[in-house]
Amino acid sequence: MTRSTKSSRAYLYVVFTFLYLPIFVLIFFSFNKSKSRNLFTGFTLDWYRQLFQNEMILRALVVTLAVAAIASVCATILGTAAAIGIQGMKRWSRFTVMNFTYIPVINPEVVTGVSMLLLFTSLRYFLNFNMGFGTLLIAHITFNVPYVILSVNPKFRQLDNSLYEAALDLGCNPTQAFFKVILPQIMPGITTGFLMALTYSIDDFVISYFTSGTSQTLSIAVYSMTRRKVSPEINALSTLIFAAVLTILLIMNFKDIRSENSKSGLKKKGAERI
Amino acid sequence: MEKDFIVQLDRISVSFDQEEVLNNFSLDIRDEEFVTLLGPSGCGKTTTLRVIGGFLMPDSGRVLFNGRDITSIPPYRREVNTVFQKYALFTHLNVYDNVAFGLRIKKKPESEIKKEVTEMLNLVGLSGFETRKTSAMSGGQQQRVAIARALVNHPKILLLDEPLGALDLKLRKEMQVELKRIQQSLNITFVYVTHDQEEALTMSDTVVVMNNGIIQQIGSPIDIYNEPKNAFVADFIGESNILPGIMHRDFTVSFAGKEFICVDKGFKPDEYIDVVVRPEDIKIGDYKTAQLSGVVKSTVFKGVHYEMVIDQGGFEWLVQSTLSEEPGTLVGMNIGPDDIHIMHRNGLDGEVDEVV
Amino acid sequence: MFKAKAVSVPYLIWMAIFIIAPLVLVGIFALTDAEGSFTIENLSGIGRFTPVFARSIWLAAIATAICLLIAFPMAFAISRMSERRQNLFLMLVMLPMWMNFLLRTYAWMSLLENNGLINRFFGLFGIGPFQMINTQGAVVLGMVYNYLPFMILPLYSVMTKIDNSVIEAAQDLGASNGKVFSKVIIPLAVPGITTGITMVFVPSISTFIISRMLGGGGNLLIGDLIEMQFLGNSYNPHLGSAMALVLMVIVLFTMSITSSIDSEELEDMLI
Repeated sequence: MTRSTKSSRAYLYVVFTFLYLPIFVLIFFSFNKSKSRNLFTGFTLDWYRQLFQNEMILRALVVTLAVAAIASVCATILGTAAAIGIQGMKRWSRFTVMNFTYIPVINPEVVTGVSMLLLFTSLRYFLNFNMGFGTLLIAHITFNVPYVILSVNPKFRQLDNSLYEAALDLGCNPTQAFFKVILPQIMPGITTGFLMALTYSIDDFVISYFTSGTSQTLSIAVYSMTRRKVSPEINALSTLIFAAVLTILLIMNFKDIRSENSKSGLKKKGAERI
Repeated sequence: MEKDFIVQLDRISVSFDQEEVLNNFSLDIRDEEFVTLLGPSGCGKTTTLRVIGGFLMPDSGRVLFNGRDITSIPPYRREVNTVFQKYALFTHLNVYDNVAFGLRIKKKPESEIKKEVTEMLNLVGLSGFETRKTSAMSGGQQQRVAIARALVNHPKILLLDEPLGALDLKLRKEMQVELKRIQQSLNITFVYVTHDQEEALTMSDTVVVMNNGIIQQIGSPIDIYNEPKNAFVADFIGESNILPGIMHRDFTVSFAGKEFICVDKGFKPDEYIDVVVRPEDIKIGDYKTAQLSGVVKSTVFKGVHYEMVIDQGGFEWLVQSTLSEEPGTLVGMNIGPDDIHIMHRNGLDGEVDEVV
Repeated sequence: MFKAKAVSVPYLIWMAIFIIAPLVLVGIFALTDAEGSFTIENLSGIGRFTPVFARSIWLAAIATAICLLIAFPMAFAISRMSERRQNLFLMLVMLPMWMNFLLRTYAWMSLLENNGLINRFFGLFGIGPFQMINTQGAVVLGMVYNYLPFMILPLYSVMTKIDNSVIEAAQDLGASNGKVFSKVIIPLAVPGITTGITMVFVPSISTFIISRMLGGGGNLLIGDLIEMQFLGNSYNPHLGSAMALVLMVIVLFTMSITSSIDSEELEDMLI
């Protein structure tokens, strides 16, 4: 048993090295004096300074955050309403709607991207608009909505129908019952869906690439940087993103552990009382 | 003392997917009574409850509340509250907020809500649990919250849909006593649905035995137990031996190949009937002098008594006795006149419109 | 039952315009020429690109297989840990995924260069430099690196449901460790395996960034071809749509295979 756990631990270390070494090398060279990606010539924070003066990057960051925020809010509202409606549908129409909903999830991103590009270029024959922030936003809402629906739907499945009846029984009209009982019950699913939409939006490259027109998101800016010239600014940017992600995950994990602790603590207290 | 009817179901019909659950079902419920709808699953008892609660619109028929037609009144405007099968507590609210829910919907002032909720939690024995999450409570405690949440609205009728089903045996017994106490202290009508005959007999003033959407018998627990009207009721209420017989004349019946004296009368001469004998009413005796004799096929110790299966001329009798007999022994069985219950064949399967 | 079908109408409209209509357009473009008349030339013209399609399928398949080999023991090891450690290790698996994949791929670019860190390391021993960047191997590496978590997570989620007592029961019945793996763990993990295969294979076969950044110009994949027909120098959305259509067919075919394995397995289990 100990031998097998030892070897499995060694295996885990090897795989995690594979996963993290490139990222750490990237971070390491963000502090490199020279532009070299391979030779460390001395410590500097110059690249961070340059990064914060890089108009293109800063503008792209604003676009990314704005698109992600607006798109995930819209997708959450649209998707939650959709999920509410879908669970009241007959089996067959629910099945059909859900199959269409799955399309953006399972379709290769490049296909989703070009299909939306085709739509926008075709629409431009009839409507006068330029590809840019608007089309980017529409594309993001479109690929975000399914994730909201898919995370709210299970909450409806878990929802005990008698909760709704209990609300009616206690004097709620159907609208009150929805806002006072059903909505709070499906809230965790809505939150999950919103967070998923937000992360997918921030992270997206392929679909944005085809639909962004003149505006540029952070990932598109990174792409053009890797194409043009090698600059350790990218390393600096990676380091900042990694740090941000790590912080968010640690906070979330910490919260989880705390809520778990308080839950089990409650259980213990309850057990003592009984 | 005769009390007025609080709820009258008048020729209610309900069907799901062309399957009739209730057909021309009528039932009158008296105020301040503990009424139990008892029957196997699918007998229509829960449907009846949902019709009273307003969760189900009957296809035809009327629901009267204190003589007023409330058939099309939605649940949130009925003076009826429900304790749901799996409690249906609002998990996003704590105990206090669960109980206060109905009062807040009615926009009562918070000071009054606080007083009422505290009083109600006291009644169900949950003082001090106000801020507890409902998910962090035991089944029995959740049950009490559900009851408090319903009762705090001062309903005229409390509907209870198999509320004790999820509890273990010991807790169930405690809650039975508790429910009866609450009902008596508040003096309101309880309509209770269960498939557990023991529960029904313990708590109720009146038991309504149902099967296939039809009322089989209505009566006090004692009546139902001692004088089942047909084989279904006899079989459903406790274990019993049911066997065919002939009622020769008043006070004389023959079954199992023997003639017995009984206390029943008023049957047609030589009418074919069913006989019910409870297992605990059969006394084991010497096979030479007893009324019936048979061979013990099996003996199982049940804690308070032994349960034996005795083969007598091909019929297997279920017998409960404090004495144990080895399988294979020949034993005698005696049945007193009081313990022989005579039922009409086919019982009641037509329309029943009886008053509880 | 709470019902409010009407509130889904905005989404249904959205879905019709932005999910269904674009796909219909792909179909229309694939079957028409620049003048708008019907043609199957776009589809038949794809024949010229058979080597690219073959390479895409082949490289994606290799990457998927490698991911499965790496991820399986990994997911199993994590699934046998204490709950707190499981959460920690899952977070470690997911953390790189939260970083933009362009940056992750960029990291490998600098590692694999001819005068990159890896070749420098080999140089210490007097060997190399090896040509690593701009090879098919680098493309596969990029796929494995980027999509490995997509294999680990579904495998983990089925394996964590395998109770230790099931494994102990198999051992109790005389199964060796190898037999436990092949007769108990692998069959129980089939739903995770099939999900993992789709989740790695689909993005691998349709990528155009990994091949461009790590494969140089010589290792084009389907994704690159499609991109070039829409935004690149060889602008031809009709041919591009036809390619997109073929790519969708390949993906659907893959998914139908994996899901049919799933349902067969399910039937077997039921029997």
